[in-house]
Amino acid sequence: MGLEYVKISPGFEKYMPRDYVDLVQFGQFGKQIDVMQMGQFKELVEEHPMCAGCYMAYFIRVFYAALPNPEDTIVLGTAGCARLALSQAAVPFIYGNYGDTNAVASGLKRALSIRFPDKVKDVVVMAGDGGLMDIGFGMTMHSWFRREKFTTIMVDNEVYGNTGGQESGMSPKGIQLKMAPTGKKFDKINAVELAQVAGCVYVAKISPTNPKRIAKTIKRAILAAREFGPTFIHAYTSCNIEYSIPTREVLADARNREKQDFKFYEWMTDEVKEYLEEIERKEKEKAKEEVGQ
Amino acid sequence: MPEQKVVEPEELLLKAPREKKFITGSQAFAEAVKRANVDIAIAYPITPQSETMHLVGDLYAQGYVKDYYRAEEEYGTMSAIAGAVRGGARAFSATSGPGLLRGLEAIVSWPGHRIPVVLGVMTRVVNAPLSIQPDNVEIAYLLHSGLVVLHAENQQDVFDFTLAGFPISEKVDVYLPVVVATEGFFVTHAKGYVELPPEDMKLPPRDPYKAPVPPTDCEIPPARIQRDAPVQKSNFMSYLIHAVWQQEVWSANRRAMKWIYHYLGGPIEVVNPDAEVFIVASGCAAAQGREAQRYAELEGLPVGLIKVKALRPFPEKEIREALKNAKAVIVPEHNIVGWLAKEVKAAIPNGGIVVDGPRVYGGMTLPVELIMDEVYKALGIKKEKTLA
Ligand SMILES: Cc1ncc(C[n+]2csc(CCOP(=O)(O)OP(=O)(O)O)c2C)c(N)n1
Ligand code: SF4
Repeated sequence: MGLEYVKISPGFEKYMPRDYVDLVQFGQFGKQIDVMQMGQFKELVEEHPMCAGCYMAYFIRVFYAALPNPEDTIVLGTAGCARLALSQAAVPFIYGNYGDTNAVASGLKRALSIRFPDKVKDVVVMAGDGGLMDIGFGMTMHSWFRREKFTTIMVDNEVYGNTGGQESGMSPKGIQLKMAPTGKKFDKINAVELAQVAGCVYVAKISPTNPKRIAKTIKRAILAAREFGPTFIHAYTSCNIEYSIPTREVLADARNREKQDFKFYEWMTDEVKEYLEEIERKEKEKAKEEVGQ
Repeated sequence: MPEQKVVEPEELLLKAPREKKFITGSQAFAEAVKRANVDIAIAYPITPQSETMHLVGDLYAQGYVKDYYRAEEEYGTMSAIAGAVRGGARAFSATSGPGLLRGLEAIVSWPGHRIPVVLGVMTRVVNAPLSIQPDNVEIAYLLHSGLVVLHAENQQDVFDFTLAGFPISEKVDVYLPVVVATEGFFVTHAKGYVELPPEDMKLPPRDPYKAPVPPTDCEIPPARIQRDAPVQKSNFMSYLIHAVWQQEVWSANRRAMKWIYHYLGGPIEVVNPDAEVFIVASGCAAAQGREAQRYAELEGLPVGLIKVKALRPFPEKEIREALKNAKAVIVPEHNIVGWLAKEVKAAIPNGGIVVDGPRVYGGMTLPVELIMDEVYKALGIKKEKTLA
């Protein structure tokens, strides 16, 4: 929104919806929030119709809390479960056709760069494994080849959640799912390696067990995309419905996968590394100063 | 590139002095883009459209267009156009036949997203067996998707319709994509005389805040855009929202009509309004219809021509009025299904007088003789198949 657009004109507070006033007063616009304080501030996404206990929904909540610049961020989604929560957040959301996210984001980011050359506008794609690695594969890859400056986050539940449990290119080999009645025939696509080869400047693979780490990864990906080029996060976000993971065990499942094939992995180019370290060093110094005061 | 001064669309389209040039249809598209203050053009090659987007690429290199790239394929092209326009930019692209179909899911979602953009469609065969020749069956689906569809007869139309397409699409009461269709090769690769306004004039930039649906650029409240997004809440609400929204899209489509009058002098052109037999045609078929009408006039036959410039909004009222005394209506077309004949039949009370044809397809040319055969039949004249 740009901070000045978020602000309520003096005298109008009592006429504005309470929800909006709370967002402006107790939300994260214009502030840097510590994700560990989730539940203690007015969050950008609150209601959503995703399944109770869905781990993807949890990840999305942390994602919004981690945005470095929520008032100037646009999120793009596609058909799939994630869009159910993304469309309810207090951040502009674009929903196109299934799989088109990275093409739409390319046009959007370029338009914003033409119109606002001196402003920071972050564009973030958040889409499922089916949306990014199956139907939208070509558009995902080509946005990376073209070095488009936005972040792509794949919420990988290893299945088509929204259409009721079909296999995806990211489902593990051998697993029996709808439309794979005798088990999936090929391995999980190596999205992280593809991203690296295709030109992403920052790539991470994560099982979202640690909110601080999720937040740091998201922030890094967005900051790097602003300056250098495409960035990619591959996040394991289990589907407790299709994989029959009891709600109370979703975190344990994520921890388990972290030990197996979703060990935290982060890669970036040297210039991105230098850039991020500089920003993080300054942030630390500032925090120290504030503590000292 | 000369310094371009911004002038109102009325000035550029209706008042500015014009100079006659002998150019191809592809060049006519590019000449329009040159004066349209386009922010971004996104291209994917397909014959016979490629040349137009090559020329637009040259315009980018010269500085007339601010951003340009060759996208991965048509679905990516049309989706990226949606992104750019939603971000507030003015955009242009063009495609043909199979490319149009490949991008179709994205294209037909533009009206619902209220994407003001101009898309050139240089018609080409889409069904097998393969041919790269013109055939405009692809226009049929576009007619059912909410887009404004203009069909250019010649190079002059291509220029005028494309340049006028931008202000029409961006009118706040319209705010829809405008398709400028024309027959590939017959128009795009052939030269014709085109009256062009000066190249040191351009349209005012797009003002994305004059919009029924604001751009997604984080510059305007409210913060919680879709807080209670009804589309997500229940199927019932989603049916309702879709229905209401589609009705609004089609109302907006009809509201484009007054701007088609304003900038293009109306949706139809009538030659010999007092005739008994009319040829009703659009695009290249109108050019052949024009020739047939001229022959008929030389032979002293009471034949008129209605050229349909706007296929959507469809000029139902205008056609009904123009045909009110007609005894027969001949609808020549460049496709096998006869979409225009169906529309004309439905628009008049006595649809039985409509002759479905003649039709050519697969890229064949439409001989004037074929139209004349129908004219003679309609007038009860027995004739040799050759022209006098
Ligand atoms: C062109 C097109 N084909 C198919 C669909 C149906 N569809 C909707 S969501 C979806 C799968 C979603 O899976 P994924 O992208 O992995 O996201 P998830 O729901 O698992 O989060 C499909 C196939 C569609 N909307 N559009
Ligand atoms: S179907 Fe699976 S991924 Fe989708 S909302 Fe439900 S639990 Fe989450």
